[in-house]
Amino acid sequence: MTLKLGVPSKGRLQDDTFAWFADRGVTLKRTGAGREYAGRVDGASGVELVLLSAGEIPREMAQGRIHMGVTGQDLVAEKLRAGTVAEVAELGFGHADLIVAVPAFWIDVDTMDDLDAAAAAFRAAHGHRLRVATKYHALTRRFFREHGVADYSLVDSQGATEGTVKHQTAEAITDITSTGETLRANHLKVLADGIILRSQATLFASRRAEWGEDVRAAYTALMQKLLPDDGGGAPWT
Amino acid sequence: MIERAYLDDARTGQGLARLEAEVARLMALFAEAGAAKVDPAALQPAEVLLDLYGEDIRARAFVTSDGEREMMLRPDFTVPVVERHMAHGAEPARYCYAGRVWRRQDSGASRASEYLQCGFELFDGADPAAADAEAFALFARALQGRGLQPATGDMGLLFAAIDGLATTDDRRHALRRHVWRPVRFHRLLERYASVRHPKADLVSEVGDDPLPAVRAAGRAVGKRSAQEVAQRIKRLVRDAATPPLADIEVDLIEALLDLRAPAAQALTKLRDLARESTSLAPAVDRFAARLEALDTRGVDVHDLPFEGSFGRTTLEYYDGFVFGFYAPERPDLPVIASGGRYDALTRALDAAGGGVPAVGGIIRPEALLALEAGR
Repeated sequence: MTLKLGVPSKGRLQDDTFAWFADRGVTLKRTGAGREYAGRVDGASGVELVLLSAGEIPREMAQGRIHMGVTGQDLVAEKLRAGTVAEVAELGFGHADLIVAVPAFWIDVDTMDDLDAAAAAFRAAHGHRLRVATKYHALTRRFFREHGVADYSLVDSQGATEGTVKHQTAEAITDITSTGETLRANHLKVLADGIILRSQATLFASRRAEWGEDVRAAYTALMQKLLPDDGGGAPWT
Repeated sequence: MIERAYLDDARTGQGLARLEAEVARLMALFAEAGAAKVDPAALQPAEVLLDLYGEDIRARAFVTSDGEREMMLRPDFTVPVVERHMAHGAEPARYCYAGRVWRRQDSGASRASEYLQCGFELFDGADPAAADAEAFALFARALQGRGLQPATGDMGLLFAAIDGLATTDDRRHALRRHVWRPVRFHRLLERYASVRHPKADLVSEVGDDPLPAVRAAGRAVGKRSAQEVAQRIKRLVRDAATPPLADIEVDLIEALLDLRAPAAQALTKLRDLARESTSLAPAVDRFAARLEALDTRGVDVHDLPFEGSFGRTTLEYYDGFVFGFYAPERPDLPVIASGGRYDALTRALDAAGGGVPAVGGIIRPEALLALEAGR
């Protein structure tokens, strides 16, 4: 059996991932033409490349269909239960923070405590809870609970989340932001203690996959190239 | 086949027969106490539950859709039973039920996500102390001889102490709102006892006339208007001018939360505390009346444990007497039975806003049988 390595099937994330592996003497290549997601690995034996959308990689690891995968820490934290995968290495790119943002003119709201107080007043005035648009439901809910925020409700937003406030489908948002420009363009600001998660592209290992002898050998050999100093740990234990 | 909650062998055969017999025994007891059996739908509209419990319920319930509305697999029976009573019932009324509830659990948790509840709910405003005692004594009788430890508390004492604080309505309201979030509650209490106001800078800079500053800070996008922001800043101005809570008042709340004693002994301490805060006195009188009613029902109040903070970490609906029965030597099992008074919940579900005084509770029959199996 071979070690199945899941890597994003396109875009900047794929380019950066390929470059990170190449720097360490492992060449990842797409084979075939156009839309066929096939790939090859040179420089590490017993490793099979599986090209997947970054969003699917957490689930594939949780199902044990791939042994390792490159994806964002945000997606893993949102979609998987703790302990499903192990972090092998942070790759130093794909930086993105999951943040809580509110309209910039809310000068009475700088912190999560302020947001909670404003939510209480909002509910009293409008008869419904303060709506928070997000695609990261689990992370947002946990963060709001830890901060003791009540009187809010989540509204699902799978894209253009920053626009939901202007369109009055939400009063606040939580979203991934890399630069903050989109937030400013939409008249939003980040709360001072509103950073839910700092995320970057990371190489993970599945704890649910079958780690047979062949796969363990391929893993150990791959780690000698990628992480000669610490070896990456043993995800099968 | 998924194993049954807390039981290895109760999906078929003798194990199932034992479980069914246990459920029948409990239901017979409840029926004997005058309860009418109800069988609410397993799928409940999510809206009502979300409105009551907030987003946290979505993390704890299984959510689905009937094509039009968001629905939840019944996370408890109390809400549908209360709704039914509001629509059709007349006081006094007693209801019982037995069936499954579903709760999402964190990974690695030993708690089951599908389990049975047998419950009893009593709607009677004539004599709340007697109703509390009736419900508790009924559960105590149902669980007699199983080696369970009772626990009791009284959320009404805490609410009364908050209402008695010499401070503004805004502050009292904020504390009431966070009673069920102990960490946030303590942060608020500390803040209100401090001279330093977290919004002091904002208040001194723009407090006199906030609207121009709000307008200058950015385009007023969204449903929360610039006027609402300005109004809240004016409230902050008043809040910043509010004198901090006196140490003695904070100490009173802390003393209440730290109180742990047999109920009869707790009453003596509560009487002492009520001398310092007169607002507490009516709640302490209700506590005393309940002890008397419990005594009448044959409950030994000199031996009944009381904890001032008991009931604070449940879903937020109990607002008076709270009780539980647990197995101290079985930390792997959840609390075997729990209940309490939830007058505020009935007000929230009543379109007319009046509500109906109510007390009730549930037993987890699978956990109760698992207790026997472990012996």
